[in-house]
Parts: sequence; C-alpha cells; structure tokens
Amino acid sequence: MLPYIGRRLLATIPVMAVVAVVVFSLLRLAAGDPAAIIAGDNATSQDVAAIRARLGLDRPLVEQFAIWVGRVVRGDFGESFFFKKQVSELILDRVEPTLALSVCTLVLTIALAVPLGVLAAWKRGSWIDRAVMGFSVLGFSVPVFVIGYVLIYVFAIELAWLPVQGYQRIGDGVGGFLERLVLPSITLAVVFVALIARITRASVLEVLNADHVRTARAKGLGELPVLLRHVLRNAAVPIVTVIGIGIAVLIGGVVVTESVYGIPGLGRLTVDAVLARDYPTVQAVILVFSVVYVLINLLVDLSYTVLDPRIRY
Amino acid sequence: MTLRRLIAGLTALAALALVGPATAETTLRVVMHSDLKIVDPIWTTAYIVRNHGYMIYDTLFAMDAKGEIRPQMVDKYEVSKDQLTYTITLRDGLSWHDGKPVTTEDCVASIKRWSAKDSMGQKLMGFVKDIQIVNAKTFKIVLNEPTGLVLGALGKPSSNVPFMMPKRVAETDPNTQISDFTGSGPFVFKKDEWKPGDKAVYARFDKYRPRPEPPSALAGGKVVKVDRVEWKWIPDHQTAMNALIAGEVDYLEAPPHDLLPIAKADPNVKLVDVNPLGNQFTFRFNTLHKPFDNAKVRQAVFYAFNQEDFLKAVVGDPAYYKVCKAFFPCGSPMSSPKGLEGLLESNFEKSRALLKEASYDGTPIVLMHSTDLAVLTNLGPVAKSLLEKGGFKVDMVSMDWQTLVARRAKKEPPAAGGWHAFLTSWVAADILNPVMMGFMNASCDKAMFGWPCDKEIESLRDQFARETNPARQKAIAEAVQVRETQYPTHIPLGQWYLPSPTRKSVDGVIQAPVPVFWNVTKK
Repeated sequence: MLPYIGRRLLATIPVMAVVAVVVFSLLRLAAGDPAAIIAGDNATSQDVAAIRARLGLDRPLVEQFAIWVGRVVRGDFGESFFFKKQVSELILDRVEPTLALSVCTLVLTIALAVPLGVLAAWKRGSWIDRAVMGFSVLGFSVPVFVIGYVLIYVFAIELAWLPVQGYQRIGDGVGGFLERLVLPSITLAVVFVALIARITRASVLEVLNADHVRTARAKGLGELPVLLRHVLRNAAVPIVTVIGIGIAVLIGGVVVTESVYGIPGLGRLTVDAVLARDYPTVQAVILVFSVVYVLINLLVDLSYTVLDPRIRY
Repeated sequence: MTLRRLIAGLTALAALALVGPATAETTLRVVMHSDLKIVDPIWTTAYIVRNHGYMIYDTLFAMDAKGEIRPQMVDKYEVSKDQLTYTITLRDGLSWHDGKPVTTEDCVASIKRWSAKDSMGQKLMGFVKDIQIVNAKTFKIVLNEPTGLVLGALGKPSSNVPFMMPKRVAETDPNTQISDFTGSGPFVFKKDEWKPGDKAVYARFDKYRPRPEPPSALAGGKVVKVDRVEWKWIPDHQTAMNALIAGEVDYLEAPPHDLLPIAKADPNVKLVDVNPLGNQFTFRFNTLHKPFDNAKVRQAVFYAFNQEDFLKAVVGDPAYYKVCKAFFPCGSPMSSPKGLEGLLESNFEKSRALLKEASYDGTPIVLMHSTDLAVLTNLGPVAKSLLEKGGFKVDMVSMDWQTLVARRAKKEPPAAGGWHAFLTSWVAADILNPVMMGFMNASCDKAMFGWPCDKEIESLRDQFARETNPARQKAIAEAVQVRETQYPTHIPLGQWYLPSPTRKSVDGVIQAPVPVFWNVTKK
C-alpha cells in the first residue's frame, strides 16, 4: 500500500507541472492587462507602462515563467498584483469559508442522496422512486444561481428565517456560522444530491438482484440489515467514485454559490482574480485546487480497498 | 394585585428612565460599486480608491454644491496683487490619525506626489516656480505666470484628488503603492479589519476637527455621526438589493437601473439622489487610424448620432436621464450648447454626405463593445445601428471591460489588434472644464488613448489654464467646444443619473459628485 501511495504522490509532480504550464500560458494568452486595470480608467499610457514594468510584465514570458516556478518550488506564490498581500496569505484567509461550505454540502448530500437512492431502488417503480428520479432531473436542470435566488426569496426575504448573504467565521459563534451556511449549502447540494441519488439507485438496483442478496433474504435477514450490510456496501464503490468526481462539480458550484451569497471564499477569490487578471493569485488558486483534486482522487482509490477487500494495490 | 403590578411596572420604567438608553455602536453598512483592493488614491485613478481617499484623507480645498472651490484644511489664503503668489495657511488643530500635527511640510510633499501623477496637477506644476514653506502652518505657491488653475486643481473633486498625507508617506515614489494609511480625514482606516473581497472598515476619527460651516458637497463641516462605516463587498447586484431589503445593509451605492423598481416598491427603502450632476456617456475616437484620422469622418458621426437612443437603451426611465447637447455637463458652470446646434439629431443624409466628401472607402469601424458592465452594455449596439444608418460599416467586437481597457491602450492598426472607437461613461465631476476633461487633451502622444493631436485645442486649453476670470474662462470653454465639433476627439451622448437606495433609517446623505459618509445618521 505505502509504495502505491508513494508512486501516486510522485505522479502528482508531472500533473502539477502540466497544470502550471497550461495555467500560466492561458492567462498570458487571454486578453486583458493587469497593469491597465490597476492604473484605473483615467490613467495615461505612460502610467500603464510604468506599472507594467514594476510588476515585471514587460519581461519575456519565459523569464516570467521561470521566476514564478522558481518561487513556487520554494513555497512562495508571490504577491498579488492587486491586494498587496502574499498570495498564500490570501488563500489561507479564504480557505475557511470554502472548506466550511464544501464540508456542509458534502455532509448534507451524503445524508440525503444515499438514503434517497437506496429507497428509490428498493421501491423501484413506486411513487417514491418516481419522486426521487423527478427531483434528480430537476436538480440537474435548474442552474445553481436560480436555486440560490429562489431560496433567498423564500427563506430570507419572505419568511426572514435566514440571512440573505455573508459568512461568519466559526470562531465568532457557531450559531451565526451555521445560520449563514444553511442556504448556500442547500443550493449547492441540490445538484450534488441529484447526481449521487441517481448513481446510488442504479448501483443498488444492480446489487439487489445479486445472488448473495437473495441468499441473505432466504436465511431470514430483515430488509434493513440486507440493505445496509449486503447491498449498500457492495454498491459503494461506484457511489464513492462519483462522490470523488463530484468534488470537481462542487468546486465549480462553489464559485457561483459564493458569488450569489456574498461569501468571501476561494471561489470568489478566483472570480475576482480572473476578472482583474491577477496572474499570481489565479495561478496559485488553480494549483491548489489541482492538488486538492489529485489528493481526493487518491483517497477515493484508497477507499476501494476498505470497501472491497478484493481490491489490492 | 393589579395595583401592585402597576406600581412594579412604573418603578421599572422609572429605573429605565434613570439609566437611559444603552448606547450601542452605530455601524453604517454600505455596498459600494466595487471592492477595495488598492488603497493608494494617487497611484490609481479608480473611483473606489478615490472614495476611500475621501474617507481617510482631507484636502486643502474642496468643491461645494455650487461647484465653487472652498477652503477645507485651509484656514485662509491670499493671492498677491500680481496673482503670482498664493499664501496658504492651514487651520488650527489639524492632526493625523497617529496624533501628530499636520504641517505644511506634509502638505507640500503631498502636492508634489499628487502632481507627479495627475494630469491637472502636471498642468498646474507647469506654472509653479516654487513652493516655499514659511512655517509649520503657512506655505506659498509661487507661479511663473498667473493661472486660474491653483484652486481648481487643489480642490479637484475626482481622480486623482490631491489628498494630504504625512510627509513620510507622501515621499513614497508616485509609482509605488503606499503601505501606511495614516490620514487626517474624518475616518480612520481599520487596516486590521480590511479583508479584500469582503469588507473595508472605517471608524470615526474622534480628534477630527470639522469646519464650522454646514456641509456642502465635498466642502464644509465633515461631522461624522456614526461610529463605523463598513464597506461590504457583495458582487452580485441582486443579492445586494436583497440584503438591503432584508435590512442586512443600509446603503447601495450603485445598483443597476433595472433593480430600482424593486427598491422603490419596498416600504423600508428610499431612493436618494446623491449626485445631481450625474454622469455622461461618451463615444471615443481613435484618431490614429483610417478613417477616423480624418476629422470630417468624425464629424459625420456627430450627425449620425442622437443622445436619446443611447439614454433610452441603457437607462430607460426618463426620470434618470437628460439629453444634454454640450461637452461640459448640463448644470455645471462651463456648460453651453454653443457649436452643437444641428448636431446629434441623427441626420443620416448629412452624415452620408460628409462621408462622401471625405472619400470614406468603407473601412469597417472596429467598435469595442463592453458586455459586462450593465451601464455600458447597451451603448454598443445603438452606436452600431446609428453608424450604419449614417453610412459607416461597423465591426462591433464584444469583450469584457478589462479586455477593452487593455486593448484601448494599443496604438496598432485595428486589423492588428487595435481599435477605432469605444463607449464609456464619465462622472460629471471629472469633466467640468477643458483642462479636467481627459478626452479633450489633444497633445498627440501624451493624450489619453485615442491620441488626438490638435494645436488649436491645446492652445485653447492653455489659455483656459492661464485665465483667472470666470466669464472669460467660460468663453474659452465655449471656444474649445466649437473646435471640438470641427476636430472631434469624442462625442457626448447625454447625461444620466443613478439614485442610491438606502434604508429609511438612514438620513443626512450629502449630495456630492463622490459618495461621502460624514453627516449621515442611522436610527
């Protein structure tokens, strides 16, 4: 197992190198000039040129890339063009809201989607099954921002139960922290629940017809133990895989959800940085997201050995 | 029993009355038009940074509601008979946020840093022979020749504003951002609470000594009536409006016009007309390349356009726009219709005739169209339609504003990544006279993007700068305007206004070209 983990971790190095080259090139190829943005609308060409020189953007691309990579290797993402702060400081500052939103969404999703999927499969063809599948189609079809606005209108404006926007750090009070996460988490969870409930249903359906399940029932086991011990566990590998893949969906959703709910997380930082052509920040955030994604995939792969003893690395 | 309860209740009330109400901290929560990322108002011209500057810095002079320049940090000033020496004395009791007194050394260093960056400051310094410090409270500006620019430049309301900073800060290279945010303005910037992308926080500066006069636009007494002002950054306009309706914020600086009906319909929200002079839509030419290198072709655009179509397409509600056939904003001292008679009336026949006269060869006009700023998005298609009706071929290229900002700096031909024209909007306070109006700068390479090159306009602008008599200044401004119709550098496309929605509990918002937060109360 350990050599496998070591190999997988080593394999992340070329992945990161490719990500670094692609991100750096894409940003430089994209239209827009951070110096012109920083200088403001009334600035002259001379002002813009002076800022460009100060930021080092007048140097050859290869030289800029070499300087950036050299710093990243030493763990220094550089300074943001706009915020006058170290990018690592900016990222650390924004991690908590995004992490909190992601974890809440994930917990909510798993708590809802897996039971719903199992229930739909177990009651295949019934109104429950049709209701769950109907919800899934709806969840896929409605854009995240529409769900967000509808929830805000109902629960924040009309009923005034929850705040419209904002984030409260957990250190400033758990009540306010949770209160501000409810609507964003539900918004983000809708698509995720739809995805995982469908996969769970399909996966459980396949196992429900397996011989070992029939045998378990024949020996007199109740439906709940059959579903939990014999069905769900054997259906878990594809479900966990989809949850892992879903993290990518989650990262995309976080960007929109954080904007709709005014949450100062990594998603908003990414959008702001892209719009402002803040190269060091965009590069660093995408690298961080890539590392997270690679590590989640590794964890998913490792979880297979726990869920299915036949799998060995 | 009932009597005992009554007595107990009265006793409790009396006790409460003796104790008095709890004095809770008053925080005004505002959503500004942009996030505060940069905090040096001399380094950048961005409006959000200018607004930040007005929170924490003070100015020597300031513009009042009538457009006149009044002393602000200045107690008194004298102009010598030959109009070559301005002797300026600071008010008593001015201090920096760190408690140190404001001195003339600080002010002179601040003027020098500002004038190195600001175009009007540069113009002013062209007239300045020397700035002499007399003592800690008095300094002199000695000129080479008389100019009417001194007060106008030092009391300039918009970017770059000559904000006063401590000498140690003002000595920072103008092309390097400052990192010490000590000011002497009515608010103190809470650097420790500043979270770019989330909020910027300002606390009342208790030692600030306001002028005794009532506030008037950016001049007069800056009396702060709340404890804190929080600029909360909510990028999504709809969410910001929802937050206002739900009472989570108190004030929206600039929502899109489309959302104003929602604010109007809410019983707890009111619309406040904060900037009576408003803003001006503008069509900017690139004079470097064919066909706009020919003034006659640019004149044709003047005939093809009309202002109403642009204003209707963007603003819609006539309550928030005004047709204003003048380069300087209607309602401002230099405004005049002179020279624009018969123009901006969509006379397509005249436009086509001028194009024929100019031998326009059908070169497509590369029109940069910004798509992500609500207030600019609809201008492009209207311009395209009117230009085509006026005989032009148009290639409208859509892009986000930041891409446009980068592309407009390129002097290359349009086919090689350059451009012919774009549309933007100016805050009226930035374009009050020929020297302030950046797009009127026709000094060729030194001019703003578009690079117009006209000796006559430049000569008139210099005359304006030298003139000290307001009536003669206006005559020169009219002459510049007439010249602009012959050698168009840009075209004014009408004035528009945007009220700021606030909670009804908010009062005392000052009408000014810049959103300011002194005098504002919150119940």
